[in-house]
Amino acid sequence: MNLTQSVDNIALLPAYLAAGTAVLVLLADLVVARRGATTAVFAVGALATAVGALVVGSGDDRQTFCAGDACSYLFTGRTGLIGALFALLTLGVLAFSVPLLRAGEVPAGEYCFLLACSMTGGVVLAGAGDLITLIVALETLTLPLYVLVGLRRRSVAGAEAAVTFFVVSVVATAVTLLGAALLYAVTGALHFRLLATAFAADPKLLDVPLTSAAVALVVLGLAFKIAAVPFHAWAPATYDGAPLPVAAYLSTASKLGGVVALLAVTGIAAPVAGAVVSDGSVPSTNAVLPASVTGPVLAALAVLTMTVGNLVALRQTRMIRLLAWSSVAQAGYVIAPLGALAIAGGRTAEAFETALAAALAYTVFFVLLELSAFGAVIALRAGHGDGGEIGDFRGAGHRRPAVAAVLALALVGLAGLPPGLAGLFAKVTVVRSLLFGDSDWLALVVAVNAVIGLAYYVRVAATIFSPAPDTAAPGELPTGVRVPWPVAAALAAATVVTVVIGFAPQLVLDAAAGW
Amino acid sequence: MSAGQVGLVAILALPAVGAAVTAALPERFDRAGRAVATGFAAATLVVSVLLFFGVGGGGFVHQVPEQGPPGIHPWHELDLTWVPGLDLRFHLGLDGISYPLVVLTTLLTLLCCVYTWWRAPAPGRGRTLTALLLVIEVGILGTFLALDLVLFFVFFEVVLLPMYAVIAIWGGDRRVYAARKFALYTLFGSVLLLVGVFVVVSAAGTADIVALTGGKGLSRTTQLVAFTLFALAFAVKSPLWPLHSWLPDAHSQAPTVGSVILAGVLLKMGTYGLIRIGVGVTPEGARWAAPVLGALAVAAIIVGALVCLAQTELKRLIAYSSVGHMGFVVLGIATVTTTGIQAALIGNIAHGLITGLLFFIAGAIKDRAHTGELAELGGLRETAPRLAGLLGFAAIASLGLPGLAGFWGEAFGVVAALRLGGPLWTTLGVLAAFGGALTAAYFLRLLRRISHGPATPAVANLSPRGYAVEQAIWAPLVVLILAVGLLPPIALDVADEPVKALIEAIS
Repeated sequence: MNLTQSVDNIALLPAYLAAGTAVLVLLADLVVARRGATTAVFAVGALATAVGALVVGSGDDRQTFCAGDACSYLFTGRTGLIGALFALLTLGVLAFSVPLLRAGEVPAGEYCFLLACSMTGGVVLAGAGDLITLIVALETLTLPLYVLVGLRRRSVAGAEAAVTFFVVSVVATAVTLLGAALLYAVTGALHFRLLATAFAADPKLLDVPLTSAAVALVVLGLAFKIAAVPFHAWAPATYDGAPLPVAAYLSTASKLGGVVALLAVTGIAAPVAGAVVSDGSVPSTNAVLPASVTGPVLAALAVLTMTVGNLVALRQTRMIRLLAWSSVAQAGYVIAPLGALAIAGGRTAEAFETALAAALAYTVFFVLLELSAFGAVIALRAGHGDGGEIGDFRGAGHRRPAVAAVLALALVGLAGLPPGLAGLFAKVTVVRSLLFGDSDWLALVVAVNAVIGLAYYVRVAATIFSPAPDTAAPGELPTGVRVPWPVAAALAAATVVTVVIGFAPQLVLDAAAGW
Repeated sequence: MSAGQVGLVAILALPAVGAAVTAALPERFDRAGRAVATGFAAATLVVSVLLFFGVGGGGFVHQVPEQGPPGIHPWHELDLTWVPGLDLRFHLGLDGISYPLVVLTTLLTLLCCVYTWWRAPAPGRGRTLTALLLVIEVGILGTFLALDLVLFFVFFEVVLLPMYAVIAIWGGDRRVYAARKFALYTLFGSVLLLVGVFVVVSAAGTADIVALTGGKGLSRTTQLVAFTLFALAFAVKSPLWPLHSWLPDAHSQAPTVGSVILAGVLLKMGTYGLIRIGVGVTPEGARWAAPVLGALAVAAIIVGALVCLAQTELKRLIAYSSVGHMGFVVLGIATVTTTGIQAALIGNIAHGLITGLLFFIAGAIKDRAHTGELAELGGLRETAPRLAGLLGFAAIASLGLPGLAGFWGEAFGVVAALRLGGPLWTTLGVLAAFGGALTAAYFLRLLRRISHGPATPAVANLSPRGYAVEQAIWAPLVVLILAVGLLPPIALDVADEPVKALIEAIS
């Protein structure tokens, strides 16, 4: 066996760029020790990572760290797009962090370094080709967040949030690792392609109870990361206690990471060359983990997540808690298309691909809308550390009509209604994929949940535009103080992107298609 | 692009651009903004009228093409790719079924814009109100023009939030409650529509309404499932008893222009969808559910009339009367016959004109007397004879006096039911006719309470002056009510060929 591996450095270029950014940010903080320089280095690095990911992704498919046919790191066009999306989301969150850094509430160098580390995890995650790379990348994404959540000085809520998040997340990782270990015990494989081949080649593996347990453990562990019910309890407390930009990151980039990981294990992979099924035929492209096990688990998670998230969101009075619960509910819509795998009609090759593409497309629509929503909340609450009560937003439409309009547009988009066309098409994508997978019942659950969701989104939107109370809300920027330009620029960019993909959703659908 | 295609784009683009321009104007140009919006609404009306010309045969009769799918023969058609990944094409078309509704929409929107230009309801910001009216117009026209199921759904949704805002900002005392109820009910309907649309699309592999009309390529089970979803969705919008309960709140709390648009054209999206998509795309489902639909329609007529007899508030009474009138329309559709559908179409138009006028007049009375309670509104004839006369005219038109627009839809709805024969449809026809008599009873009660008797304090102080503008706004409606009543062919002839083609395609 050849022990020297040839490493495809071009495939790893985006990962190098992201990791390099983290190192440079740390150096800039040590050498220059100025907040502006640190953030500028970070911004340039994140942008370079995004461009690098797109450029590498636009070329041929690449793979590296291979053992035979199975590779631990794959770089396709979709990997490039997801990596770029991670980098751009991080850039957006960095822009939203400017008021927080200016106020000196968090140490700039550490904050930027940790955020850059997390971005590195996300960029690598998109290319993971085996369970270990996947879990390591996901942990690289999550680990810095424990610190970021609690980084605010003199904040008890922040510390509580960090501990909650840490404990729950570590348990989740342990569960995933246990699942991965059991899978290895059953199949002897960790690479997605080898797993897919093993399950295709030997259907009897499914009769072993351990297999189902292993698969379920992997899926459930990853469900923690996207805050799916019943593994959601950490999310509202953590979002509310974290600094606002970190909450934005948790709800966008971190959630995207969870979804990418979930899609990687429930998705499909080409069989390795020379694989033979028990009856002698060559296996076709197949699910990494058997869909007959992941499907019912995901269907149940989706129904619970949507319904519980929406119902609890109805009763929230704090802005960030409402967004957190809505984000829980949205995770339900994200995994709903995969719930179609629960029945045979949803497991045909075409329906399977539609479901995977729909889940990814919905996530892209969702993270962009969510970024706008958090950005607008940050812009409206720039003088204060947290999101405050929903009632504090009364009169925002009068004081800051542009930002309020952006927030309303994002909320309406999350509700899935025009003029938030991006959100409308996101819902259409999910319902369409469910009906193409013969899961009419799940489509109806999604539909009814959309109605419940509207009730609270429209309540918040109406509050923003209702007349202000006589006294100014605490923490509100006095009229005339400008929103910091990086926040305004990032918010404008996010809004322009959501409007553009609202009119041209095909861009997102094309990017998400082709598994 | 042909002139007709340019027209199809213009009729949607004009109000959309108008809304954007109006909304972007700063506050000090409020009145100018209202004028700009009115200008765009007028231009849209002109385009909608122009779309009539250039129709084959030089006018009322459209030449049936030799080949091509049966069912729908659009006068003008535009088919562009939009989102292939969601089976969504920007496919618009206009035919005799949609044309009268398109003109009704552009006309009522213009009248509402003029009304708002003249006087914006509290709390002001009239330009925003006109901008929202134009957005609503885009949604309604898009729904009537869409020949792609997914596009139909998208336009169906466009209307929801602008209408929510119109009710929630400019409405009456309980506006927030009414607006939220409207939004949630309507969204419930439209998400069912979304599911129904993709039940059809995933089974048939296309979302093209022209290709789907006649229900080819859809199994019976698919049709039954899809029609059930469609019928529920459109029953909420129409609204059909027992899914109507959002309507009285929304109509009575909305500002005058909101009520006019709601009753005049928004409800028609439901009945139009029932004809074009319910009957057209899933005919087997329609025939299967016809008895249930017919029975619910008759229940709506009777319940609506009985509730009206007990109403004490003017706008609420008119709102409930809509439930009954739309019951006649749905009854016509439920028969799935040429006569029935034509009755439904003319009933749609007549209800739009008459109820639009009724809400305008009710708004005028409430603005002046500052109350809508029937008990406090007596003797209107004494202080404002012309207003009382117009109210009488509209009420009599609404109760279906022969010679006025309301008669044809109700009479032929009943005739269509009776012609089907059999114990069920005969009973339904007789009950519907009885409901028509009840309609007369409550409108006459309304007139007796408001017009006659001694003047109450609220009415005695009422100034009869200052509604020259309002009369100018109402005049087109009055003329059209008379014209459609005396010459129903002006609303029916354009629909004659398309309805026959539709019935032929589904039988």
